[in-house]
Amino acid sequence: MNIHEYQAKEILRSHGVPIPPGEVATTPAQAEAIATTYGTAVMVKAQVHAGGRGKAGGVKFCKTPADAKEKATAILGMKIKDLTVEKVLVTVAADIGTEAYVGIIVDRATKKPVFMVSAAGGIDIEEVAATTPEKILYVPVDVRYGLPTYDAMRMGFFLYEDVKLARGAAKIMQHLYAAFMAAGCSLAEINPLVVTPTGDLLAVDGKMVIDDNELDRKPDIAALRDESSEEPSEVDARNANLTFIKLDGNVGCVVNGAGLAMATMDLVKYYGGEPANFLDIGGSSNPEKVVNALRIITADKNVKAILFNIFGGITRTDDVANGIVTATKANPLKVPIVIRLTGTNEELAMKILTENGFTASSDMDTAVQQAVALAKGGK
Amino acid sequence: MSVFIDKNTKLVIQGITGRDGSFHAKQMMEYGTQVVAGVTPGKGGQKFEGTVPIFNTVFDAVKATGANTSVIYVPPPFAADAMMEAAAAGVSLVVCITEGVPVLDMTKVYPFVKERGVRLLGPNCPGLITPGESKVGIIPGRICLPGPVGVVSRSGTLTYEVVYQLTRAGIGQTTCVGIGGDPINGTNFIDCLEAFEKDPATKAIAMMGEIGGTDEQEAAEYVKKHMKKPVVGFIAGQTAPPGRRMGHAGAIISGSSGTAAEKLEAFAAAGMGISKRPMDFVELIRARLK
Repeated sequence: MNIHEYQAKEILRSHGVPIPPGEVATTPAQAEAIATTYGTAVMVKAQVHAGGRGKAGGVKFCKTPADAKEKATAILGMKIKDLTVEKVLVTVAADIGTEAYVGIIVDRATKKPVFMVSAAGGIDIEEVAATTPEKILYVPVDVRYGLPTYDAMRMGFFLYEDVKLARGAAKIMQHLYAAFMAAGCSLAEINPLVVTPTGDLLAVDGKMVIDDNELDRKPDIAALRDESSEEPSEVDARNANLTFIKLDGNVGCVVNGAGLAMATMDLVKYYGGEPANFLDIGGSSNPEKVVNALRIITADKNVKAILFNIFGGITRTDDVANGIVTATKANPLKVPIVIRLTGTNEELAMKILTENGFTASSDMDTAVQQAVALAKGGK
Repeated sequence: MSVFIDKNTKLVIQGITGRDGSFHAKQMMEYGTQVVAGVTPGKGGQKFEGTVPIFNTVFDAVKATGANTSVIYVPPPFAADAMMEAAAAGVSLVVCITEGVPVLDMTKVYPFVKERGVRLLGPNCPGLITPGESKVGIIPGRICLPGPVGVVSRSGTLTYEVVYQLTRAGIGQTTCVGIGGDPINGTNFIDCLEAFEKDPATKAIAMMGEIGGTDEQEAAEYVKKHMKKPVVGFIAGQTAPPGRRMGHAGAIISGSSGTAAEKLEAFAAAGMGISKRPMDFVELIRARLK
C-alpha cells in the first residue's frame, strides 16, 4: 500500500526524524492560511501516489501566502500520471546546502532489510545505481539485532566527513529503521536528506510503501489508505476480497490463482488481444466472488468479451458455474462470455452451465483464442 | 526416486483442526501420505478422524511419532512462529502453505531455519507432491502421474495447468514443487534444480517463474554452469504493468528490474528451452526426454 508524503512524514517525525513543519490543504484558501501561520517561504506539494511530481509541475516554491494560494489553485485538481490531485502539503521551505539519499528496502536476494545511502541525493536512486553504483553504500540489517550504531556510523561517514553531521545522520538512520519496522514497510526513504547552510540535518521528502500483509495487524496504518487516490474499480474489488488490477485492453479476465491469471493475460496478448484486467478470485470456492468479479468487469466500458479460466483444485468449478448463472440472471450480459473450466466437479459445472444456456470448454488455449476473436467483433 | 519427500515422509500437520488444515489433512491421507500427527494447542490428546493423534506442540508430536516433515495451515499472524517452532522441534522439512505472512516476519524466520539446517518451502506455496508416494500441501493428486519430469514453480494453479497437460500427454513427474509467490521464501529455484540434478529418476525439468526479483535469472546462471539435465522455462506476467503487485506479493516489477523479458533473455542465454505458452511444455519436454 502506498501512503502519501505527508503521512510518511508524520510517521517519521513521530520516530524522531527532523522534518520541516507542514500541513495538508484541500483548498487554496487553506494553503494560504497555513502559509500565513508559518510566516516564511513555503513549498506547495501535490499529494498523489506517483513519482515525478516535480517534473509534472506538482511541487512549487512560494514566497508569500498569496503566492501559496495561487500555486495551490493550479496544483489542486491537476492530473499527474492520470491521478487527480486532491490534497497539497504546505511545508516550510528549507534552505538547502547539500542533498543525500537514505533509503531501506526489503531485499529479496539477502532476505534482509538493506539500507542504501548516497551523497548523490535529490534524484532518482535507480539512476544513480545504474550509472554510478560506487556512489551507493549498501548495508544489510539482521532484524534480530536491529541497526547497530557502528553500521549507522559507517553510513553517516559515507555521507559526511564532519563527525557531527555523521553522528546526526546515523541517528536519523536509526530513527528511519525504527519507523520502517514499526509501520511494516517494504520501502522507506528520505530523499533528499538535506544539510542546511546552518549545518542542520532535515528530511525534506519522505516516502513509505507498506507491505499489504501487515495491514490486518496494524489497523492504524491501514487507516492511512486514501481510497480517493485509487482506481475506483480496484477499491471495489479489494472490498470484495478480490485481487484486481485494471489495464487498458478489452478482454475481461476472471481467473483463479495469480500465476494462472498472469499466464492467461499473456496468452490473450499472444493471440493478438489485450487484457482488460488482472483478476484473481483466489482459492476458495464462493459463488459470491464470481458475482462480484462479473459486476466489476462489466462496469468497465472497454470490455468487449469476458474470459473465465478456472482450474479447479480447491476451487470447485460448480461453484464458479453457479456464480456465473446467478450474476447473469440478475444482470444480463451485454458482451459475449467464453468459459473454460476444468478440474474439481467439472461435469457438474458443465451441466449447470449447459442447462442455463452457456457453453463451456475445458481447453485454455482455444478459450483464449475465442475470447480474443470475440473482443475484436468476430464470432 | 524423487526430491524432498517420498513414501518414507512422516508428516505432522500444524493447524490440523482448522478449516483448511482439516480439509487438506483428509486429502493427503487419502492420497497415501503418512500423516502421523497433528498439532493444535489445547487439543492435545484428541484424535483427528479417529486415527491421527493431536498434540499441543510440535515438540511433543515429533517426540512421540518421529515426524520428519511439517506442513503449516495456520493463519498469517501465527505462521512465522509456527515455522520457527517446527524448525526448532527437529523436523528436516517445513512446508508453509499460509498466504499473507508479513515479509518482515520472514526476515526473522529465514535465518532461524537456515541456522538449524532445516529446509523451508514457502510460505504462500501449494506444497509438493511425489506422485504415487506422498503429497504435502494442496496440489491435487489426481492431476499427477509418476514419471521422469521434475516440476518447480512459483505458482499454484499455473503449475496444476502444466502438470495436468503433461499427465494427459502421458508424461509423468518425479516431484512437483511449488516454491511460493512471496518475495522471501525458504527454498528457491536453484535449491530445487540442484536436487533434481542429483535425483537419478529425474530426466528433465519444467520450471515456471514469474515477474519480480532475480531468482529466475540466478537459476538460469546455475543451469548454464552446473546442470547436465535439460530445463524448460516459462515466465508468467509478460503483460503485467510495472510497480503493481500481481496477486503474489513477490510478483512485482520494481523500477525496470524483474521483468519477464529480462528473465526470458537469461533463460535463452543459458540454453534452456522456452515455453511461450503453458501448453508448449508438453512438446518441449517430450523432445528432451528422447
